[in-house]
Amino acid sequence: MSLEDAFADGPAFIPYLAAGDPDYESSLEYVEALERGGADIIELGLPFSEPIAEGPTIQNAVVRSLQGGMTPTRFFEFVEDLDVSVPLVCMTYYNLIYRYGDEPGPRPFVEKAASVGIEGFVVPDLPAEESEPLREACDEFGLDLVFIVAPTTRGERLERIMEQVSGYVYVQARLGTTGAQTDVSDQTDSSLARIADYDVPKAVGFGISSGEHAERIVRSGADGIIVGSALVDIVAEGTSAARQTQSDDVATGHERGDDPQAVADRLETLARELKDGAMVGASQRPPHPERT
Amino acid sequence: MSVDGKFGEFGGQYVPEALMPAIEELEDAYERYVLNNEDGFMDEFRTRLRDFGGRPTPLQRADRLSERYGREVYLKREDLVHGGAHKLNNALGQVLLAKYMGKERIIAETGAGQHGTATAMACAHLDMPCEIYMGERDINRQRPNVFRMKLNGSEVNPVTVGRGTLKEAISETMRDWATNVEDTHYVIGSVVGPHPFPSMVRDFQSVISEEARTQAQEKLGRLPDSVLACAGGGSNTMGAFAEFVSDDEVGLYAVEAGGSTLEVDEDAGVAPNSASLTTGSEGILHGARTTILQDHDGQIMESHSISSGLDYAGVGPELAHLVDIDRVTAVNVGDDDALTAFHRLSQLEGIIPALETAHAFGYLEAVAGPDATDETDALGEFVVVNVSGRGDKDLESAIEETYERDIDIAPNMDEFTGGL
Repeated sequence: MSLEDAFADGPAFIPYLAAGDPDYESSLEYVEALERGGADIIELGLPFSEPIAEGPTIQNAVVRSLQGGMTPTRFFEFVEDLDVSVPLVCMTYYNLIYRYGDEPGPRPFVEKAASVGIEGFVVPDLPAEESEPLREACDEFGLDLVFIVAPTTRGERLERIMEQVSGYVYVQARLGTTGAQTDVSDQTDSSLARIADYDVPKAVGFGISSGEHAERIVRSGADGIIVGSALVDIVAEGTSAARQTQSDDVATGHERGDDPQAVADRLETLARELKDGAMVGASQRPPHPERT
Repeated sequence: MSVDGKFGEFGGQYVPEALMPAIEELEDAYERYVLNNEDGFMDEFRTRLRDFGGRPTPLQRADRLSERYGREVYLKREDLVHGGAHKLNNALGQVLLAKYMGKERIIAETGAGQHGTATAMACAHLDMPCEIYMGERDINRQRPNVFRMKLNGSEVNPVTVGRGTLKEAISETMRDWATNVEDTHYVIGSVVGPHPFPSMVRDFQSVISEEARTQAQEKLGRLPDSVLACAGGGSNTMGAFAEFVSDDEVGLYAVEAGGSTLEVDEDAGVAPNSASLTTGSEGILHGARTTILQDHDGQIMESHSISSGLDYAGVGPELAHLVDIDRVTAVNVGDDDALTAFHRLSQLEGIIPALETAHAFGYLEAVAGPDATDETDALGEFVVVNVSGRGDKDLESAIEETYERDIDIAPNMDEFTGGL
C-alpha cells in the first residue's frame, strides 16, 4: 500500500516510535501493538546521535535505542523482522542516510530501505534546498519523501516544498521541538489554511497526546495525525519501571521487569484512543465541497 | 569566497524547516549590513571593536622565540582583545547585527566559556537579554567563565544530555532557536553551522588577518612565510587566514588538537582527539556538510582535547574545503605537547596562552625546536602565530594536568596541588 492510499478510508493515524527502544525484541512488540491499535502508517525512528529537532522525550528514546545497539544495519533487519502490514516511514537525520554504504550519498540507503519494504522518509534536518539528491534516489526506487511544513513556513518556501513533497505533508503544529503537550496549538488552523492547495494528504504532528486532541485536529481539517512523544512516554515509563523492579529484586534473586506485554497493551490502548478520536473528528467535520 | 553558502562540496543549510525562514532572514541581513554596509553597520561595528574591544591588537615580535627557532616569530595578540580572546570580534558583530534586525533576545552556546563570556559582554554593552547554553561538564571545568557570564547579566543554562560538552550545547541552542525563532538570534560561536554563519563569522573575525597583513608589511616590508593558528571549530583560524588565502606564497597551518592519541575507537564511539581535519571524514553535522569525527555508520563520536575550546567533533566547512584543496595544511599537536608549549610561552615571552592557543606553539616547537623531528620544515623565515586567547581561564586545569603529566619544564607543582 502506498502512503497516500493509507489516507483513503478516513483520517490516518500515524504513530512514531524509535526502533530498538529500549531493546530490539520489546520494540518489535511495541510497534506491532501500534498496528493493532489502528495505525494506518507507522513512522519508525532510526536514532542519530545529534537529534537537533527532538525534545527531551525522544532524545531519551534515542539514547536508549543507541545503547540497545541500534544501527542502520540493525534497523533494516528490524524492519524485516516486523510483522505489520501498514506502510512504514523511516524518520532519521541526513548524515545516517548520507553515510550508509560504500559511496557517500543517499542512494545506497534508499536502495536498501526499498528492499526491506520502507515506503518513505521524513528527514528533519533536510530542508527542500538540500533535498535534491535524496529526492532523486527516492524517485529511482519509488519511495516517498515527506516534508515538514512549519508555522514559520510561508510564501516561496511553501511552493518549493510543494514541488518536492510526496506521500503526505507533515504539518508541524507549533514551533519548538517534538514533545507531548497538554494543549494543542492554534497555529494548526493557519498552517492548514496555508497549504490548502497541496495535493497530498496533510498530517498534523507535534504535541498531540490524547483522543481529544486528535478529534480537534481532524475536525479542523487535517487528513491525519502524527503522534510520537505521548507513545514514547509509555515506553519510557515501562523502562524505568522495569529498572526499578530489577533493582528491587536483586536481593531476592528474582528476574522480573515491567512486562513488555503490559507496555505493549498500554501502547495499543492509547493508539486506539487516538485513532477513535481522529474518526470522531472526521465525522464532525463540516461538509467540504472539495472532499469526496 | 562563497555566495551560495557552499565551499566546494562543503557547507550548505541542513536544518529543520522551522529554522529556514530565520536563516533566510539572516542571509538577507548579512548581505545588506555586513557585505554592503547598509545603514553604516560595518562602520559602527569597527568603531565599537576599537573603543569597546581594544582593537587593533599588536603584531609583536617574540624575541626569545625568534632566537629559539632561528627565524622571525611574530605574535598576533588576540589575547589582548577585551575579554581575553578573539571571540569578541564575532560576538560583538552578531549581537549588533541582531539589533539592526530588530531581534529582542540573544542565545548562544559555549564550550570553554570564551564565546559565552564574549557574547555576555556584547549583550551587556548593547543592552540585549542573553541566555547561554553550556554543557554541565564544561561548567565544572570553567567555573570562572560561568561567573563572568552571570556578572554581565546573562543566564547560563546547563546542558545535561550526552557528555555535556560543546556538541550537546550547540544542539540544545538550536532547539531553543527552533522554539523562539521569531524574536531570537542565535549567536553561533564559530565558523560552523548553516549558511550564512560560516561566512558571516569569518567576515567578523577576518579583522585579525586584515590587521596582521598590514602590520607585517609595515614591520618587515613583506608578507609572512607562514601563519599558524589553532583549530577547533575554526573561527580564530579562519580569522587569521582569511586575508592571506589569496596570497599563495603564505603557508597556512591549522593546528588541531591531537588529544591523547589519533587512534579512534569506533566501537566505543570515542575519538580521543579533536582532529577532524586529520582523522575525520565528510558528513553532515549542525547544519553543514563538513569534515567530522564519526563512526562507520555516521554517528557522531565523542571528541577529546585538554582544551575545551578545541573539543568538538566538527570543523567549519570553509576550513574543511581549504584543506581539501591543499590551500591550508592541517596538522595536530597532542595534549602533552600543547601543555609543554603552554609553559614554554609563559616562561619565554611572559604570555600565558589559552590551552587552545598553546597547540599552535606546540606545532612550532615540533617543526623548528631543538628536538624537531620534522625534516620538512616549510614554515620559512617569517612566521606569524595567532595568540587566539589568554590562559587565565585555564589555570586550574593547567595545574591539574601539569601535575598528572610531569611536564619537565614546568615549575615545581607540589605547592599548587594541595587540593588534589
